Amino acid sequence: MLAVRGLEVRYHAAVAVDGIDLHVEEGEVVALIGPNGAGKTSTLLALLGLVTCRGEVRYRGEVLAGLEPEERVARGLVLVHERRHLFGSMTVEENLLLGAFARYKRGERGIWGELERVYARFPRLAERRHQLAATMSGGEQQMLAIGRALMARPRLLLLDEPSLGLAPLIVQEIFGILAGLKAEGTTILLVEQNARAALELADRGYVLEAGRIVLEGPAAALRDDPRVVEHYLGIPGEESR
Amino acid sequence: MDPLIFGFLLSDGLINGALYALVALALVLVFAVTRAILIPLGEWVLFAPLTQAMLLEGKLPGTVWLSAGLLLIWAGLDRRRGRTPLWLFLAALGVVGVGFLGRSVPALAFLAALLVVLPIGPASFRIFFEPLPGASVLVYLILAVGLHFVFQGLGLAFFGPEQFRLPALWPGEAALAGLPVPRQGILLILAAAVLMVLLYLFFRRSLYGKALRAAAVNRIGARLAGISVREAGRVAFLLATGIGALAGLLVAPLSNASYEMGFLLGLKGFVAAIVAGLVSYPLAVAGGVLVGVLESFSSFFASAYKEAIVFALLLPVLAWRSVSSRVLEEEE
Repeated sequence: MLAVRGLEVRYHAAVAVDGIDLHVEEGEVVALIGPNGAGKTSTLLALLGLVTCRGEVRYRGEVLAGLEPEERVARGLVLVHERRHLFGSMTVEENLLLGAFARYKRGERGIWGELERVYARFPRLAERRHQLAATMSGGEQQMLAIGRALMARPRLLLLDEPSLGLAPLIVQEIFGILAGLKAEGTTILLVEQNARAALELADRGYVLEAGRIVLEGPAAALRDDPRVVEHYLGIPGEESR
Repeated sequence: MDPLIFGFLLSDGLINGALYALVALALVLVFAVTRAILIPLGEWVLFAPLTQAMLLEGKLPGTVWLSAGLLLIWAGLDRRRGRTPLWLFLAALGVVGVGFLGRSVPALAFLAALLVVLPIGPASFRIFFEPLPGASVLVYLILAVGLHFVFQGLGLAFFGPEQFRLPALWPGEAALAGLPVPRQGILLILAAAVLMVLLYLFFRRSLYGKALRAAAVNRIGARLAGISVREAGRVAFLLATGIGALAGLLVAPLSNASYEMGFLLGLKGFVAAIVAGLVSYPLAVAGGVLVGVLESFSSFFASAYKEAIVFALLLPVLAWRSVSSRVLEEEE
């Protein structure tokens, strides 16, 4: 599905991502964990083409270099941005419909059916369909951001910190929704600081530190790795950060 | 005041107001989507009737070659983008063909002029604005002022300094409440009203229009949703050029047309757009009517100061806006 080789992202002199290789197979949930500033978000932005990068990104056999972000979205590579970037002055429903814009432009049918499926998945969005996005709570906005991404019918969903700044109960709810997506076979690349939740959901994981991958493997193995336990999961039983 | 004179001034003001309203609509549209204040729009507004006048004289105006040339440059810039350059090349050929057709069939000159001028806007966006994505409002403004001088100079080269008189689409005068009003003016007012409604429906009801609004309020969000901000800019310029060119074609039979009229027209449309805070379409129309009526009455009472009075309108509007306005900002 996705194969990345030697990905490098620089912001002027600062190196954010320093030559990483990773891959995501169809139907897999892959977690990318690591501390703040490790280059997780930069990796996702580079995959979508929102920042310039070096290295090779192959998606479904196609080299993505030179494609605009919107062209990547049209190919089913969809990102839920860490800052969500909703259209605050538009209603929930308008935000969702715009998520399917690439499909609408192709003349695809079934967008309204997709909308009903998203509403079924997020009943709270259905209740608030005529409310302006900016007036919703953080958790609802996160649901809307995920819902908008689902409207594009992603083949590979890139999720950047879906739990960021949310109350623990809402985080549980969001991860419940992600588990549902996984059960339906959605391929997900998940960036999270909440390593415990991420590794419980994921099939495989990568640990990123200072722009390099320092550990990788099946999620279950990472959960038991002493370095991961010490740095990212904390003392067993204690809530991770 | 004599009610007849009042009526004359009012109808004159409303007709000019419709023109300013159309220009203001186009400026608000472009600013909302791209943050560019499109000063050269005034030139493009005049290019349309001037092109029509030349076609009616049996000459092929320079705007045909300008339009086709800009399309070819665009094709060159997008040479690696699949079939796009091919379509642009065909469009350039089409513009030249339409030019020749409009020259030989006078009945088609109006439509031909519109079609010839139309590509100038989006092509200018592609060639001059797109290479500076996300530049500040000031950079775009300076670019727009530069383009204004270039297009005004081209206007002089293509059409010369003289004024052209154009035949009315709907000749004669209608009597409204005992007042003779040129039918062409009524046509202009109707066009402004219809375009306002169409723009409203486009931006509020169609997903494509909503996508343009989305690109205006949150660029990154738009790209995440698969909306091309570049395409949004081109479409905004296309719509603005179309609205402007139509306004120019409709007003020219009432007021003549010469190459240097565009700048003042653009500025007055800009005043009307400022009244709307550069964001509101209904207020832009109201601003246009306000500018038109104010101009008409001040040309009667203090004709030497009529431009000054119109531009002085900016001061109270800006003062009021500075204390009460909601700014169009990038959303998080």
